[in-house]
Amino acid sequence: MFLINCPYCGERDQSEFKAGGEAHIIRPKQPTELSDDEWAEYLFMRKNIKGIQFERWNHAHGCRKWFNIIRDTSNDEIKTVYKMGESPPKL
Amino acid sequence: MSKNLRINSSKFIDQTNRISFIFNDKKYYGYKGDTLASALLANNIHLIGRSFKYHRPRGIMTAGSEEPNAIVQLHKNTSRTEPNVRATEIEIYEGLEASSQNCWPSVNFDIGGINNFFSPILPAGFYYKTFMWPANFWEKYEYFIRKSAGLGKSPTEPDPDIYEHRYIHCDVLIIGSGISGIMAAKTSAKNGLKTLLVEEKPYLGGTTIYQNSEYFKINNQTSGSWLEKEINEIKKLKNLEIKTRTSVAAYHGYNFLLAKENLTDHLPIEIREKKIRHRLLKIRAKKVVNATGSIERPLIFDNNDRPGIFISSAIKRYADLYGVACGEKNILFTNNDSAYETAISLIQKGINVKAIIDNRENVDSKLIYEAEKNNIKIFKGFTVVDTSGYKRIKKISIMQLSKDGQKVVGSKKNLHCDCLGVSGGWTPVVHLFTQSGGKLKFREEDSVFIPNEFPSNQISVGACNGDFFLDEILINVPKSLQKFLKIKNSEYDNIEVSSFINKSNRNIWLLPSDKTFGKTKPFVDYQNDATAKDIKLALREGFRSIEHVKRYTTTGMGTDQGKLGNMHALGIISETAGTKMGELGTTTFRPPYTPLTFGTIVGRNVGEYFDIFRKTPIHNWHVKHKAEFENVGQWKRAWYYPKENESMHEAVQRESKAARESAGILDASTLGKIDIQGTDASEFLNRVYTNAWSKLAVGKCRYGLMLNEDGMVYDDGVTTRLGENHYIMTTTTGGAANVMSKLEDYLQTEWPELDVYLTSVTDHFATVSVCGPNSKKIVSEVIPDLDLSDESFPHMSFKNAKIGKINCRVMRISFTGEHSYEINIQANFGKSVWEKCMDAGKEFNITPYGTETMHLLRAEKGFIIVGQDTDATMTPIDLQMDWIVSKKKYDFIGKRSLYRSDTIKEDRKQLVGLLTENPNEVLEEGSQIVSDINKSPIEMLGHVTSSYYSPNLNKSIALGVIRGGKKMMGQRLIIPMEKKNINVTVADPVFLDKENKRLNA
Repeated sequence: MFLINCPYCGERDQSEFKAGGEAHIIRPKQPTELSDDEWAEYLFMRKNIKGIQFERWNHAHGCRKWFNIIRDTSNDEIKTVYKMGESPPKL
Repeated sequence: MSKNLRINSSKFIDQTNRISFIFNDKKYYGYKGDTLASALLANNIHLIGRSFKYHRPRGIMTAGSEEPNAIVQLHKNTSRTEPNVRATEIEIYEGLEASSQNCWPSVNFDIGGINNFFSPILPAGFYYKTFMWPANFWEKYEYFIRKSAGLGKSPTEPDPDIYEHRYIHCDVLIIGSGISGIMAAKTSAKNGLKTLLVEEKPYLGGTTIYQNSEYFKINNQTSGSWLEKEINEIKKLKNLEIKTRTSVAAYHGYNFLLAKENLTDHLPIEIREKKIRHRLLKIRAKKVVNATGSIERPLIFDNNDRPGIFISSAIKRYADLYGVACGEKNILFTNNDSAYETAISLIQKGINVKAIIDNRENVDSKLIYEAEKNNIKIFKGFTVVDTSGYKRIKKISIMQLSKDGQKVVGSKKNLHCDCLGVSGGWTPVVHLFTQSGGKLKFREEDSVFIPNEFPSNQISVGACNGDFFLDEILINVPKSLQKFLKIKNSEYDNIEVSSFINKSNRNIWLLPSDKTFGKTKPFVDYQNDATAKDIKLALREGFRSIEHVKRYTTTGMGTDQGKLGNMHALGIISETAGTKMGELGTTTFRPPYTPLTFGTIVGRNVGEYFDIFRKTPIHNWHVKHKAEFENVGQWKRAWYYPKENESMHEAVQRESKAARESAGILDASTLGKIDIQGTDASEFLNRVYTNAWSKLAVGKCRYGLMLNEDGMVYDDGVTTRLGENHYIMTTTTGGAANVMSKLEDYLQTEWPELDVYLTSVTDHFATVSVCGPNSKKIVSEVIPDLDLSDESFPHMSFKNAKIGKINCRVMRISFTGEHSYEINIQANFGKSVWEKCMDAGKEFNITPYGTETMHLLRAEKGFIIVGQDTDATMTPIDLQMDWIVSKKKYDFIGKRSLYRSDTIKEDRKQLVGLLTENPNEVLEEGSQIVSDINKSPIEMLGHVTSSYYSPNLNKSIALGVIRGGKKMMGQRLIIPMEKKNINVTVADPVFLDKENKRLNA
């Protein structure tokens, strides 16, 4: 069970959070101009990396804020957390 | 049988406190401090149970949680009965009742013992191989196999005990209170760290606490008395919490551990009432010190499982700690010096040790010399090849080992004994370490896996780290702790240790025998009766992965998880397959380390607290009026209100008629309500709903459909514009929390530029919905000041109003197709408004209706229920709701997906109405719809999603989804049921009042 450092509340138990999948997938501004393949890329394609992965998490049973986590999925080590909208810090 | 084998007054046993207990219906006595195992041994009872597969007689092998054989059923036929309890762990108390398992009619005479003679035809995979032909006979076989499988019996009555969970946060958690754990606890606590020490046994000190040999000294005291002083000292430390009888079950990432604290299992049953039995500790530790010690290995030879065969260190523990002799004619069989410690301990207490079989040649040590001095015959370079004695060991046969240890040579010697102690060296207890993600490495010198890479802030110290000997522990443990806890001066800098043990061992995983291998029974997993033969068979049959061999042979899959023999299984596999141990790896260590009770896992979440539920402010009225309830999400919703002797069908028919003919009232408080404010609120709604919102006037309501980004219907509900920048959105009851999360997600991550604020207000309002032709009259009586004329207050509009002094919001919206009003009021006034409506509606026979009637009424109108008529594969187009999808809006969630190549297919499943040929025939929801029953296989076109008998139309109506259904209007289809085929016709899903005249009736 992770210990997650919410950027707004500090360290909390994983049970307070909800995972939200891969981070930095930006919703296209003009979806109507995309081909089926381009839209499918946004809609369905996720990386699921073994190793360093960028993830969205939500402090669902806390401040309810979304934020980003950089996690090594091979050993679950959370390298860093940063706020939504910020670009990922260099590791 | 009834001999007293209590040999001395151990200081750990309170001989002034005699305790009686029952084993297999017979009364025995023991003393406070005894385990069931030690008390039985003191009464010279060795036959405890029968093995799983061959029903071989089995006794006590160990003195701890690794015990594979001595597992018993406690308090049979009572609500507190518990199967598979290790006799070596349960402490005796007055009135303890235990019985043998897996035997019938008794442990002394067990019919199943016949399996032992059939064992040549019961190899690994026997059941898989035998009962698979013919495949469809499995169900018949299964009945008999199930009866003979399983060890103890599970209780049939509810658990009378109380359990709870507790969170603990600490700086340092120390697991295990042997000498290493005690040193760690003192070091940590004395340096100001908040420390928690947990120990699975009822006492502290591990195996050292009863070590009173002159051969192991610390600062010129026996190691036992030195440790006792240390323990007395740490007990006074303020920031150290000590929990005994507490076993760590699981070690998860980020130093999160689960432990079971046992609070009452050692107490007489009559004083357990209202006490908490087990507590699940959820521990979050900044640092963890594993001091879990090691388990002595058995040796694998023919018939190594008889009652009276012990792990050598267990014999020592029974003698030193419990003051019990396991036998009167003892023989030890070893590959290292540990057995000599046992021998010396026994001799000191005047217990006879006849011989020691040592498979090492040319070894010498002070311990061996001491044993020889005491007239113990030592056979160096020998091995045990066989044992005999059915219910208790009587005799062993030994032979000399060849130089390479692969064969036996010379002639066989027989030695008589009543107890055999075996020692195959030591295995570090690395279970918790590996559970946490730790990686092991193999140490060739003594064939052990030891911790190598630590995944979190933890260390392993002492025997669990491969430091088995006293001198290594006293040198290495303080050093590791100093570094790990970042401490300047150690308590143990100038300490003197004397240890006279010879550290050599001669590890042979499977000892040779004079018999052909196929004729021997060298047990590797005692509980599951897996032998070395089974493992080799699995390899011959092509299994290579250790995980596969484990599952095929069931090695290590018993309640003891193979704590004793797993290493030998690995060793035999690596030798047979010619792979190196280090490369072979181990099977995965999974939680729990020792079994947990279900009670411990669920804690207080039992009965009505198993799954919490939500009640509306009007709930008590429904209860008082005998409503039946249904669960919708977490809510308890009134389902229907049966009058005397009324069936559900009758009640629903009555309610449905009343709502259309005069007036009905529904508690709609459970609908999700989200308050939306901000200058961009309208734009926000434009983006989340499929239809347009910008032009909705203040005071008006609109139905909205929300999609997922993949174009599938996600939720629906009516949203009302309360002000220029203020909306209240309603969602489905079950979807409320998810909709809120989804909206927040988009606002925070995709559209942070929007000025919108969301507040969940579901619980803040009670919602009373009054519908039917007389609803206007009723509402006007409840809120006389409100102008209800159609001109001023038309359908799909909203007004603020007051009931007495209390503000409320009234919406004229309808889910039934009737003229209807929803009154939203502060939750605590909900019940009184409901009652006011009931009073006002009395003359119109206002009828409370539940969710079932609501579903029926909306189905008559063809209104969908998200989640019943949709299943995350339905687009609005599939639902024939094209009208709600804005063509003008540039974008909304899911828009682009509505014209993906897949979503525009014409043969997608589409929502249609269904009418049965026989109007009285009501379809079963979920039934399949087909067009041709003669085709094989029959092509499934779709299924029925909603189905009712409509009392207002006097016929059966249904909704269903059918492939290409839109174009099948009027077509006849078939619903094949078990006993008959039902003919249906595809129809418009709106069955009643297509012109919506009733809304303004």
